[in-house]
Amino acid sequence: MTYIPKPAVRHPGLGANELGLHLRDYEGTISTLCAGCGHDSVTAAIIQAFYELSIPPHRIAKMSGIGCSAKTPAYFVDEAHGFNGVHGRMPALATGANAANKDLYYIGISGDGDSLSIGLGQFCHAIRRNVNMLYVLENNGVYGLTKGQFSASADVGSRSKRGVPNKSEPIDPVALALTLGATFVARGFSGDKQQLLPLLKAGLMHKGFAFLDVISPCVTFNDHVGSTKSYLYTRHHGHELVPVDFVPIRSEISASYEKGSRTSITMHDGSMVRFRKVPEDYDPTDRLSAYEHYRSLQNRGEVVTGLLYLDPGGEDMHDDNATTSTPLAEMAYEDLCPGSEQMDALMEEFR
Amino acid sequence: MQPTDVGNPDYYHKVVDCQWGCPAHTNVPEYIRLIANGRYTDSFWLNRSSNVFPGILGRTCDRPCEPACRRTRVDGKPVAICRLKRVAADLRDPTDDRLPEIPVVKNGKRIALVGCGPASLTVCNDLMPLGYECTIFEALPRSGGLMRTNIPAFRLPVAVLEEEIDMILDMGVEIHYNTRIESMEELLEEGYDAIFVGTGAPKGKELNIPGRQEAADNIHIGIEWLEAVHFGHVDAIGERVLVIGVGNTAMDCCRTSKRLGGTDIKVMARKSRPYFKASPWELEDAEEELVEIVENYSPKRFVLEDGRLVGMEFELVSWHKDEESGRLKATVHDTEFLPCDDVILAIGQDNAFPWIERDIGIEFNHWDMPEVDRTTFMTTREGIFVGGDAAWGPENIIWAVEHGHQAAISIHNYCQGLSLTEDRPPQDHNLISAKMGMHEWAYSNDYNPSPRQKMKHVELVRRFEELSIEVEMGFDPEQTAHEVERCLNCDIQTHFEAKLCIECDACIDICPVHCLTITVNGDEEDLRTRLMAPAENLTQDLMVSEGLPQTGRVMVKDEDLCVHCGLCAERCPTAAWDMRKFELMIPYAGQEAACPTHV
Repeated sequence: MTYIPKPAVRHPGLGANELGLHLRDYEGTISTLCAGCGHDSVTAAIIQAFYELSIPPHRIAKMSGIGCSAKTPAYFVDEAHGFNGVHGRMPALATGANAANKDLYYIGISGDGDSLSIGLGQFCHAIRRNVNMLYVLENNGVYGLTKGQFSASADVGSRSKRGVPNKSEPIDPVALALTLGATFVARGFSGDKQQLLPLLKAGLMHKGFAFLDVISPCVTFNDHVGSTKSYLYTRHHGHELVPVDFVPIRSEISASYEKGSRTSITMHDGSMVRFRKVPEDYDPTDRLSAYEHYRSLQNRGEVVTGLLYLDPGGEDMHDDNATTSTPLAEMAYEDLCPGSEQMDALMEEFR
Repeated sequence: MQPTDVGNPDYYHKVVDCQWGCPAHTNVPEYIRLIANGRYTDSFWLNRSSNVFPGILGRTCDRPCEPACRRTRVDGKPVAICRLKRVAADLRDPTDDRLPEIPVVKNGKRIALVGCGPASLTVCNDLMPLGYECTIFEALPRSGGLMRTNIPAFRLPVAVLEEEIDMILDMGVEIHYNTRIESMEELLEEGYDAIFVGTGAPKGKELNIPGRQEAADNIHIGIEWLEAVHFGHVDAIGERVLVIGVGNTAMDCCRTSKRLGGTDIKVMARKSRPYFKASPWELEDAEEELVEIVENYSPKRFVLEDGRLVGMEFELVSWHKDEESGRLKATVHDTEFLPCDDVILAIGQDNAFPWIERDIGIEFNHWDMPEVDRTTFMTTREGIFVGGDAAWGPENIIWAVEHGHQAAISIHNYCQGLSLTEDRPPQDHNLISAKMGMHEWAYSNDYNPSPRQKMKHVELVRRFEELSIEVEMGFDPEQTAHEVERCLNCDIQTHFEAKLCIECDACIDICPVHCLTITVNGDEEDLRTRLMAPAENLTQDLMVSEGLPQTGRVMVKDEDLCVHCGLCAERCPTAAWDMRKFELMIPYAGQEAACPTHV
């Protein structure tokens, strides 16, 4: 929480993006979260991602539920659309909004409480429907707003600020997303923007449900010794599976990478995700291989990060349901509503 | 890069661009905050501790602080530092009770000072409280030197000048007016313990072109003419006046002519505007008074008719850079005759030491100037010191003041048998947290987007009625209130403790100008290319931390554009960042470095 607004000055050496907008044009109001909250870093990376992708602010829809994480859409892209809904119901809202206007960039921001406790069912069904959105789960293993109780993602043995160890098995959102069929599964860390930024950009450009779990430490209630979601623990146990670069469609592709040490995956729009240093026994486009690899590293006590699985097929909810190519929001009322005569005729068919 | 040593007073001092740029190192941000708090007297006194003449400088300073001001780099215009100084001087209460006590019993050391300008006066200001007996010899009937005779009263009212000079003279300085020292040898015979030469650069440069001798009655040397006007010996000038030269003296000459009956006044410049020596604001003020400034006219000859000056002939020139020498060279295109009644020459000043014998141990260099040590201000003859314009040629008042301070330290050490170099007291600094509460700082950290306030001037029709009507009216309270908030408080330093940092990036994310980066260390050239924002201003340092505890990377801050809003410290969960008030402790004669006693 800070009292003065962020000074309205910017570095003259930082240029504008393709739309002529500056980085600071993608900011929101100043954060009211605790100083040092990982969520603020995620917010900064999101601002950077939208800026670098040159996405017009009015083509963005920010969705969230309840919790510290759910406050964060207020802190980026002031001029975007937004909906702050009921606890755990963000996936349903995003699904509805996407159904009505499939042309916007949807970013849902949720937390471990919002997604893995009260909203677990919602989360699962958004994956199942393959809603075209980037779903960011800011994961800190603790209920910060209610002063530090363990959340559903807290690891067994992780200690609370009072020193009490957690005994319940965690729900692992990455494993869940992999098994439920998410078409893009990644994990980042708020303290490593170099890795987080390409994951956010790839997730935004992915067609279909992109899930990004971000370890985002709670400085106030879960950044102590004994916590498995602290800055220090994540840094010491982080294992970046595959360093990833996101190459937007507009850039020239340079050949400066070593041959044979990487896999490039072309996404639906022609942009590319490039995996550097892929281990031999791992294929990021094979769900089973990704799952096995993830589990084996996890069993060694490592916090696996990176883009774990990607299905570049490029289908989403609208393709599955063969909806019209024009977003419903842009259709004339007469086309959306056929009128009572037509409806009556339709009803007659079923009699 | 090696971790930055912020324990060296120079590092944080350099961040305070204005203070670093000021020869006397006036604590600008602090005095501006005192003005903001309505503490004009304290602000004036803080100023006086370093620059001695706040009221005079608040009107006439060359302002090396303003081009240096960080605000220029942030939004194009510096804080009106000089004008704010005048606010403090104008609105203060009497300060007699703050002047140091002058010992009744003297220390037995007698100092002679030649010339009563700002350099000599500063020496007296520093030495009188220590018990020295100071005697000034002044050729003119009044004190002040060029501050009095060369700066017209419409820029610097006599009352302001005299009040600040008298503060020093009233300490008990013995002064002999109308006493020109004709021989250094004779002065030496009088047995003073030390002699300070503060005679300025009193000789206006000549322009030896055809007709100069014949038309001498209507050709005036700028600084001599201004002096004559000051003392009332001259009170009129012809209607058409040509001022040759385009420095600050030329500006004073043309504006004074305007007040003595001149109607058609032209300032003739050999080069074009970017090469003018005059301060931009003085040029603007002259043009506001409808003085015409003519570029690229090089004087060729004075034209006489019937033995009287009727005009001047000029060569019209253009300039190009000579490839070989890299110097500007002129090409003449044409000549032109401009009619005039009087000409004023304001093309520079020279030093003149006809009164110093060349065989008494004072070495002179090939410019016929005495060899003066840059640190101690002593000549090659022990016990004789030189400062102000007399030392290395024309500078300005604020440099003369600093020379005076340094010379006073040397004179004191010399008289006390201390080394002039090894026993010079070093600078020091104080660093105190400005934190008052969760989000409260001991300074106004909010950024004020106000534009620089414009000085109001007396109406054109009114200002020519009398020579002494001060043109600048000073800031009104509302202007002052805006301008003080434009100051970025660069002395409130962003102080970083690497061992507390958990690398959460909060400071980096909040910084409005992206001046912070956490990255792998490298050499400076390399680091400058890897920061959040381009760090292309090489005059501004990078602050580099020790290795950070969790990853061993370093925190790098590019000092260039930091607006000192304190948000990095507010968003820091571990107080690794703190805003700390930096106070430079400046030593003066006979004193260790200390913070000025304004609070």
